[in-house]
Amino acid sequence: MDEAAADRAWHEIVRDVLKRHNVSLVTYVPDNVLRPLIEAVHADPFFTAFAVAREEEGLGILSGAWMGGTRGILLMQTSGFATLPNVIASLAVPFQIPVLMLVSERGTLGEFNIGQSLVARTMRPVLDALAVEHHTMTRLDEVEFIVDRSITQAVATQAPCCFILSPLLTGGKVFAA
Amino acid sequence: MSFAANHPANRAQAKVLNRFDITQRLVARLKHDEAVIGGIGYTNFDLWGAGQRAQNFYMLGSMGLAVPIALGVALAQSQRRVFALEGDGSILMQLGSLATVAARAQKNLAIVIMDNGAYQITGGQQTLTEQGADIVAIARGAGLAQSAWAADEGGFEELVDLALREDGPWLIGCRIDREKPKQTTERDPPRIRDQFMRGLGVKK
Repeated sequence: MDEAAADRAWHEIVRDVLKRHNVSLVTYVPDNVLRPLIEAVHADPFFTAFAVAREEEGLGILSGAWMGGTRGILLMQTSGFATLPNVIASLAVPFQIPVLMLVSERGTLGEFNIGQSLVARTMRPVLDALAVEHHTMTRLDEVEFIVDRSITQAVATQAPCCFILSPLLTGGKVFAA
Repeated sequence: MSFAANHPANRAQAKVLNRFDITQRLVARLKHDEAVIGGIGYTNFDLWGAGQRAQNFYMLGSMGLAVPIALGVALAQSQRRVFALEGDGSILMQLGSLATVAARAQKNLAIVIMDNGAYQITGGQQTLTEQGADIVAIARGAGLAQSAWAADEGGFEELVDLALREDGPWLIGCRIDREKPKQTTERDPPRIRDQFMRGLGVKK
């Protein structure tokens, strides 16, 4: 692990690894947990970051950008990922486009919304069914290694990759009783 | 809007054009390796039939994503003009993308909507444009001020020339007939992607 990582929050580590790999385009549908990362990429002129109306659209933009020579990542929450199977199966996978996805995991470890807890169960089966590499990040000391190595692999193998941010890492979204 | 002064005020007033004919007219005007993203279905097939170019990308699924893919190419290559060709049924699935393009104010992007009011490839069922939805009006409402219906073939060429010459984003609405496409796109995704990336100079 990078010594400096101990002093950085997960979103700072992700931001720094994205920069190191020249992943400069960030499309997103916002999420509370992702907020510090979204703010960080907006604050850094290295990134072109903007919200899209739907996650599918964000993935389409990244696909076009990749073919045009720019690397990108789509940020979303679990329910947003659930709108993506058709696009992953008909665009990213068959055309061999290494789109990167970062999902803030809802639906587990204290979820208060039944819709979130149900849709969350579809995420890993979909990723597995399409043989999309995915990693769930639970600890601060593994974030750099997972993101760094996986971006290298995605580009080298021309395959999409999905990072899942566990509430164990981020604290998740807490029920406001 | 002076550029739109000679163009029909709404869908009903636009002449019904032929898809293959206007696709050929578009391709003939591309002199600077402009990128073209063909949406699924016959839009894509007629782009293939109009002459394969290394700067053409042919979608084979992901209905509705021609505009987002084109926006991504345009973002990555700001010096290159990029066209998205999309059907009415397809754009109706992804109307939010029009607002995204408007918000980005993407200067090098033009969207061509081929509107025959039907899901032609699945048997000609009516789309919502045949029931009153006007894509050009929707696009203007989404913030794409430079949106117009092509009055006829000459009007289409005039709008394409504008899109090639002046800053966008542009949206050109075309009413089209329901003629079958001339050819069928070869369904080989890695080859399409690889050729496109070489055509854009991303791969050598």
